[in-house]
Amino acid sequence: MRFVDEYRDAGRARALAGRIAESCRPGRRYTFMEVCGGHTHTIYKHGLEDHLPSEVSLVHGPGCPVCVIPMGRVDDAIHIARQPDVIMTSFGDMMRVPGGSGSFLDAKAAGADIRMVYSPLDALKIARANPDRRVVFMAIGFETTAPSTAMTVLRAAAEGLGNFSVFCNHVMIIPAVKAILDSPDLRLDGFIGPGHVSAVIGCRPYEFIARDYRKPLVVAGFEPLDILTSVHMLLGQLAEGRCEVENQYARVVPWDGNRIALSAMGQVMRLRPHFEWRGLGFIAHSALAMAGEYAAFDAERVFDLPGLRVADPKSCQCGEVLKGVLKPWECKVFGTACTPETPIGTCMVSSEGACAAYYNFGRFSREQMSAAAREQEASRP
Amino acid sequence: MTREQQVLDRIERMRRRKPVVREERITLAHGAGGKATQTLIEAVFLEAFRNPMLAPLDDGALVRLGDGPVAFTTDSYVVSPLFFPGGDIGDLAVNGTVNDLAMCGARPVHLSAGFILEEGFPVADLRRITASMAAAAERAQVTIVTGDTKVVQRGKADGCYVTTAGVGVVEEPVTLSASGARPGDAVIVSGPIGAHGAAIMLARDDFGIEAPITSDTAPLHGIVAELIKALPRHVRTLRDATRGGVATVLNEVARASEVAVVLDEERIPVRPEVTGVCELLGLDPLYVACEGRFVAVVDGEHAGQALDTLRAHPLGADAAIAGTVTADPPGLVLLRTAFGGTRVVDVLVGDPLPRIC
Repeated sequence: MRFVDEYRDAGRARALAGRIAESCRPGRRYTFMEVCGGHTHTIYKHGLEDHLPSEVSLVHGPGCPVCVIPMGRVDDAIHIARQPDVIMTSFGDMMRVPGGSGSFLDAKAAGADIRMVYSPLDALKIARANPDRRVVFMAIGFETTAPSTAMTVLRAAAEGLGNFSVFCNHVMIIPAVKAILDSPDLRLDGFIGPGHVSAVIGCRPYEFIARDYRKPLVVAGFEPLDILTSVHMLLGQLAEGRCEVENQYARVVPWDGNRIALSAMGQVMRLRPHFEWRGLGFIAHSALAMAGEYAAFDAERVFDLPGLRVADPKSCQCGEVLKGVLKPWECKVFGTACTPETPIGTCMVSSEGACAAYYNFGRFSREQMSAAAREQEASRP
Repeated sequence: MTREQQVLDRIERMRRRKPVVREERITLAHGAGGKATQTLIEAVFLEAFRNPMLAPLDDGALVRLGDGPVAFTTDSYVVSPLFFPGGDIGDLAVNGTVNDLAMCGARPVHLSAGFILEEGFPVADLRRITASMAAAAERAQVTIVTGDTKVVQRGKADGCYVTTAGVGVVEEPVTLSASGARPGDAVIVSGPIGAHGAAIMLARDDFGIEAPITSDTAPLHGIVAELIKALPRHVRTLRDATRGGVATVLNEVARASEVAVVLDEERIPVRPEVTGVCELLGLDPLYVACEGRFVAVVDGEHAGQALDTLRAHPLGADAAIAGTVTADPPGLVLLRTAFGGTRVVDVLVGDPLPRIC
């Protein structure tokens, strides 16, 4: 497949792996965080770590949209979905995320009308087709998905749709990265920056990371060669004593971002003073709410919400995993009490979550893995 | 042993425990063919009906009636939409049951057909479905000898559901079972995977994607008979890769046989248009349903002959050796990725949920 296969070529990967190994100073260890859950998914899905020398380790960051949704917000959404005249619409990822008492999937089985959509525009379509029902879109995600929510609200307003609203849970990546940089228990050598978010916000918002925190950041694409190239670029910066924001994903990410998307967000949404992140706690100015002019489309104002804060289960260490302090398997409940069938923490829910990715794809030590692969190689017909 | 390995070992022990249904209500995940389905079957149905013929949970059961073994199976069809490119619920219901019998090494002979119809369902549609069932039965050389009809109130069903059961005779003395795979065996996929599931997803028209993909629904007893005739003693396991796809079937084999299956991504046949749709929707073709493809585990030394036999049949022209069976690590399916890495291929919990970005 064109535009995909060229970024998954094993020969180029091996060549790049050689250059990465050469760029490492012997005896030094390098820890890079991939901020985005899409990167985590790519890393595991393609077995990318097999191409990295033991000096380089990747830790998985907070950029998984459903992983950072606090339980109380899930409960609020289920509360809305249970109103008899409501159709709740949501991305598929959200369906299994556990709240204080069950997930969307459970609420649906108990009778709530919850439908999976691929785009907020699909929710709008449902609203048009069901004028006697109130249709709510469960908006989640970073700056990647926020513009499409904003554009949908603008269209709903233009059409004068009175039965459509958005339960806005959009969050922003920069405050989360800053929270991680300010966290005392972490030592990182650099960041693999999120590609899709950057297509909206551009590369400038990251400059403080290089300038104030002296950490290099490379905005990366989502194919495995993109990520390997970014690791090589980070190592290059460190070897040359540079600390910059670089753009590996220039085929998609403009340095200044997407002005149309940003202005739609600016028109429809406003900054919240603070917002709770699953595992990370409250972070100031880290999330978006609907702006006052669009109150009629704001589910938080249309519906009376319990708005209760639900503490994360004590045993759950999603926060440490999201900050990269713990590897998924180091969490106390990983794989035993918390599995993809019975997730306790959100990192186990989405395939972009670090724990689910590790459980589904990487639940196997690299040594044993390569032994089995060698055995298979030998028996090839 | 490293700490990570200890954790991984503990997890594998956990996974072997007796399954428990924790949910209070049935969710859609229980019907998706993944772990939730497996748990429901083992903890509810097998628990209630336990007997030696049911226990292997193969595609059909071998029962003794009179002289020889008879294969017996049943399956229900609730596909939406009822008509899709490449087929409809009618030929699906015939081929599905024919294939389950074929996977037991049997020659399908007789089928039953039960219909649950929703009040208001167009008779013309029912005629169209029965016509394609008749055509599929003729193609598979089976007769539909008994049936049943129920009509439920509007809103209590989705148009038309079909249940078929089938019996077949086992003429070649073969031992086929998910627990029969041994280290050194080859894993063969009979043709390009995922076309049925991809065709259905596109036919639902939720995505506005258009691609020339038609369902792969087809009766497999003919090609299976050729394979068994050529290698009567060297075919270990046959499974049609329906719900949950090739990944789920191979996990069942790895678990039942206590072996590892190592797949080679580059050798798994997938049509480019199916790969493309899966890329766009964030799905993995390994988990997408087929209705006319099967996985055969055969003795590694006879893999070449098995492949030649399959490729000589029109339904097996693109068959490929997609992987091998190894001793370690028991119970897991691994994938050597085209990118040169290795990863686990697990059973999904429920339906593959699309990623949001």
